[in-house]
Amino acid sequence: MRRNIFIAVGLLAGLGAGWAGFPRAIYSRRPQPVDFSHKVHADKAGAKCEDCHGFREDGSFAGIPTLDKCASCHAAPMGSTATEKSFIDTYVTPGREPQWLSYARQPENVYFSHITHVKRAQLKCAQCHGDEGSADHLRPFEQDRVSGYSRDIWGAPGRPGMKMDDCVNCHRQSAAKGAAGTLSAQAGERGCLDCHK
Amino acid sequence: MNKRYGMSIDIDKCTGCGACMVACAVENNVPALPGANDRRGITWMRVYRVDNGEEYPDRRSAFVPMLCQQCGVETPCAHVCPQQAVDVDPATGIVGQMPERCLGCRYCMAACPYHARYFNWWDPQWPAGMEKTLNPDVAPRMRGVVEKCNFCHGRYHRAKERAAAAGEKDIRPGEYIPACVEACPAGAIRFGDLNDPSSEVAAARHEAGSFRLLEKLGTDPKIYYHSTRDWVRQIAFAPKPGGKENLHG
Repeated sequence: MRRNIFIAVGLLAGLGAGWAGFPRAIYSRRPQPVDFSHKVHADKAGAKCEDCHGFREDGSFAGIPTLDKCASCHAAPMGSTATEKSFIDTYVTPGREPQWLSYARQPENVYFSHITHVKRAQLKCAQCHGDEGSADHLRPFEQDRVSGYSRDIWGAPGRPGMKMDDCVNCHRQSAAKGAAGTLSAQAGERGCLDCHK
Repeated sequence: MNKRYGMSIDIDKCTGCGACMVACAVENNVPALPGANDRRGITWMRVYRVDNGEEYPDRRSAFVPMLCQQCGVETPCAHVCPQQAVDVDPATGIVGQMPERCLGCRYCMAACPYHARYFNWWDPQWPAGMEKTLNPDVAPRMRGVVEKCNFCHGRYHRAKERAAAAGEKDIRPGEYIPACVEACPAGAIRFGDLNDPSSEVAAARHEAGSFRLLEKLGTDPKIYYHSTRDWVRQIAFAPKPGGKENLHG
């Protein structure tokens, strides 16, 4: 009897450690270089996603903006917060690029075209990236210690995932909704190479 | 409408210079490995030399650029793959190989009637500095997987992205062509949509002297060859067993 209790307790402790501890241990956490507030920029400056995360002339996605984008408004402090002042002193004045950590970078064998999804299919940014635009703080960047991929690919709690299954589900659903021959129907019936390279 | 990309290669124009092979390797991040030889090297595009089997002064040679023939019916490699790592894209007709799914059994290499598939015996490596010349539109493959020509699919992605950016519904004819077609100095290779009656390749396949390799297998390959010489067209049939070898890799 006593032995069975020990085994049960040990089993529970082991399972609990695996359940609660492993997901923490597998990811390394690093803070972003600057605590950027999307909310402040959206509310006070009225900035939209594409004002900073835009497309280049050839249609490729520029991703995280470079320093000159920030410096075009923040050459001198616009507000009175300490965060802004320290950002200008550390990065803008010396002309040093902040080393942003990309939450959504896909593995190198994945081909993804932002402009096809945003311009042609009219998807909203939040559909894949979550409600990042209204967040007041940047989350720490969580990186899988084994694969090196960002945790966001797997869908952090309360956020949409960016796994292959998530892409496939969305494509299948839009294909099911669309009439034959339409754009959304095309989105479903494709081979591996349509998203892989 | 779905496309069916295909190629037309004029053997009478091919000089055997090998520019297509080099362009292909550069475009698709195929490494030049120190231990690679005729059997273990990777050449998605390979120019074979054939001759008519006669002795001097009647001997004649020709060059046959050989690549994945993009079989459309009963695609042998896709048929045998236990991993479903090979598929035929219904939208383009291109036979795609997924290195991520490949387990390296090489059944597809045995099944391929054209020997157009290649196995990675080593992890890819480039001389220091050369990695900067890698094509970002093509992911390098790892040791232990099979790879092959996919009509420079990265270029198709690029063309589609440009069309989406410009607000066009589809890519323009001629906007997407593989690297070998672009590189051929003799203009021996033409490329386009076989479903589009106005395309060059669609017309070329009906020209006199047009043929496909091992057409009798019924796999509907999408690479058409052309020659006005009878003995060259004979290579479309497999050489007789025990016959004189007249194929040189």
